Amino acid sequence: MAYFRTALIAAAGILASALLAGCERLPMDTKQIGFRGTGMEKVTNPRIAAANASRHEAPPALDAADSSGPKAAQVYQNVKVLGNLSVGEFTRTMIAMSNWVSPEQGCVYCHNPANFADDAMQTKVVSRRMLQMTQEINGNWKNHVADTGVTCYTCHRGKNVPEYKWYADPPAPTAGRMLGNDFGQNKAGKKSVGNASLPYDPFTPYLLGKDEIRVTATTALPVNAQVPLKQAEVTHGLMIHMSEGLGVGCVHCHNTRAFAEWSQSPPARVQAWHGIRMVRELNNAFMVPLTPGQPQERLGRTGDIAKVNCATCHQGANKPLNGAKMLTAHPELAKPPGAPVRTSALQTEVPASEGRAH
Amino acid sequence: MKTTLFPLPYYQNLFTKVRVDAPTFPGVPLERDRDTAERTDAIHVQALAWFGNAQIGPVYLGFLGVAALIFFVIGFTAIGWNMLVQVNYSPIEFVKQLFWLSVDPPSPKYGLRLPPMNEGGWWLFSGFFITVSILLWWARVYRRARALGLGTHIAWGFAAAIWLFLVLGFFRPVLMGSWSEAVPFGIFSHLDWTTAFSLRYGNLFYNPFHMLSIAFLYGSALLFAMHAATILAVGRYGGEREIEQIYDRGTASERAALFWRWTMGFNATMESIHRWAWWFAVLTCITGGIGILLTGTVVDNWYLWAVKHGVAPAYPEIWGPVIDPSVAK
Repeated sequence: MAYFRTALIAAAGILASALLAGCERLPMDTKQIGFRGTGMEKVTNPRIAAANASRHEAPPALDAADSSGPKAAQVYQNVKVLGNLSVGEFTRTMIAMSNWVSPEQGCVYCHNPANFADDAMQTKVVSRRMLQMTQEINGNWKNHVADTGVTCYTCHRGKNVPEYKWYADPPAPTAGRMLGNDFGQNKAGKKSVGNASLPYDPFTPYLLGKDEIRVTATTALPVNAQVPLKQAEVTHGLMIHMSEGLGVGCVHCHNTRAFAEWSQSPPARVQAWHGIRMVRELNNAFMVPLTPGQPQERLGRTGDIAKVNCATCHQGANKPLNGAKMLTAHPELAKPPGAPVRTSALQTEVPASEGRAH
Repeated sequence: MKTTLFPLPYYQNLFTKVRVDAPTFPGVPLERDRDTAERTDAIHVQALAWFGNAQIGPVYLGFLGVAALIFFVIGFTAIGWNMLVQVNYSPIEFVKQLFWLSVDPPSPKYGLRLPPMNEGGWWLFSGFFITVSILLWWARVYRRARALGLGTHIAWGFAAAIWLFLVLGFFRPVLMGSWSEAVPFGIFSHLDWTTAFSLRYGNLFYNPFHMLSIAFLYGSALLFAMHAATILAVGRYGGEREIEQIYDRGTASERAALFWRWTMGFNATMESIHRWAWWFAVLTCITGGIGILLTGTVVDNWYLWAVKHGVAPAYPEIWGPVIDPSVAK
C-alpha cells in the first residue's frame, strides 16, 4: 500500500513537472496599462528580456564627416540617390552601409572593384533601391516610424539579407488530390503564426494584397453584408504574427473587451495601422519589382522575392532596436527636402489573391 | 462526545487496496427474452477494480448499437484518412501534428451547396456519418432505458448535448446559408473556430445565453463536487445508499442536511439534489445552443448589443481620443 502510494505520488510529480516544463518561470513583470478591472496589463518576462537585450543594441555611430568640399555627384560617376552629399559624407555612408549589410564582404559585395560606378552587379541595383526605400519610410511614414526612423541596420543587423522576412507558401504537399486539403492552415511549426494552427500565410492577403483585415460587425444587429467567419481566422493569423514580431500581447493595441472599438484602444493601434499600410507599400513598390534578376537562392519556393513583415524591423522588440535613434547620425537617410522618392515603380499593384498559399 | 461509526460493511476504491470483484452477474432478467438473450458475456479485468467494478459487460449491441458503430467508424476514419494524407502518410508526422490537423468545412463560396470532396466535401461526409451515428446512439440509449424499465432522463440529457452539437454544425450554418460557418473537426482548429467566433461577433462574453451557459456549466461542476463530497462524507452512516435514503431518510441524510443548513442555511434533499444537477447539466447545453443560434442570425456584435441594452459599462478614457485612422482623414 505504502509502496503503491509512493509510486503514485512520484508518477504524479513527474507528470506535473513534464506539463510545466514548457512554461516560463515566474515571476513576471506586470504593468497596468488601462483602466482598473479591465485586464489591460502588459506582462513581460524580465529574464527573457535581459537575455535578448543584446539583440536589440544599436552599433556605435561613425564619426561625423566633413560636409564641405565638392559633392559626390560631381566627383563620382553614376551617383543617383546620395549625390548631394559631400565626398566625405558619402564615403562615411558607404562605410556604414557595408558595416550594416556586408561586414564580411565589404565594398565588393555591391561594387565592381575595377569600376565602382558600374551597375552590372545586381546587389548594387538592389541597394540603391533600398536606399530610396529607407528614405521613403523616414520621409513618408512618420506616423509609423516617428522621428526615430530606420536605417539599413534596423532590418539587416550585419546580414546580407535580413533574418526576418517572408515568402509565399506553395500548396502543401499531399499524397492525393481527393483527400487531405489543409486549407492553408492546421500545420504544426509554422513560425508565421507562432506555431498556432491558424492560416499560416496571413501576409499575402494583407501585407501584399489589400484584403479587408477588419472582421468584427460594426452594428449590433445583422443589417450589413456579413463577413464570413473563416475570414476572422486569417485576421487572427496576422495578429499573432504582429504579436510575436513585436513581442507584445493583444492589449498592446486592443482593449480585449471590444477588440474592434477604436475609441477604447491604446494609441499604439493607430501606429500599427499605419505600419500595415507601410509594409504593404514596401512590398509592392520596392520588393516585388526587384524580383527579376534575383539569384535563385534568394527566391522562395514559389519563385517570389523575400518580403517585409512586422518582424523584419521589429525582430521581437516593441520598438526596433529598443527605440535607438540611429537616424540622427545619418540624416542623409531621411527624405531629402524636395527630392521626390516616388517613381512609376511605386505604383505597382499586386492583386490581393495572387500567390496565396492554395 | 465520541461518535461511534455506523457498523455497516463498506468499501472504497479509486486507488485504494480494496478491489471490487464478484462472480459474473449477467443483469436482471427482462420482460422481452431478446433483451436478456442478446447480451455479450462478461469479462473481468482486475486492474479496473481499483477504479470501479472489475466486471466488463454484458454489453447489449442490437441493431441500433451496430448501426451507430458502423456510421461512427466511417465518419471517424474519413477524418483520420484526411489527416493522414495531409502529412503524406507519415505516421511520425501524424503523431507530431495530430493536434494541428483538421478537416475543415467548405469555403464560403459554396454556401449550402455540395462542394467537391477535397474542398470541404469530406467535412460534410464525416459530419453526416457522425451525426447519424450520434442520433442512432441516442435512440439506443432511449430504448435500453425503456427495456430496463428506467426513466428516460439519460436520453433527454444526451439530447440536450445533441442540440448544442446540431446548432453548431447544422442549424446555425443552415440559417446563415453557408456550411463554412460550421465547426471544423480538429483539436486546435475547433478552438481557433471558437476564438474566431468571438472575435467576429464582438465578444461572446456579452451574449446573455453564453453567460447563462457558463453559469450552468460552472454550477454543474460545483453541484457535482458538493454532492459527491456530501455523500462520501456520510458514507460511514450508509449515506451512499442514496435511493433508500430518498424514501427512508436515515441519520446519513439528517446529518448531511443539517450540515448544509448549518453552513449555508438551506439544504437540497436526497432526491432534489439529483434534479438540481440534471437541470444544471441539461441547461448548460440548451442555453449554450440558443446563444450560438442567435449569433450572426439575430445579433451581429454582442458587445454593441450589450452597450445598446445597458449591459456593458463604459469606462473612463485613459489614452485620450484614439480615432480610427481609416476615417480620420
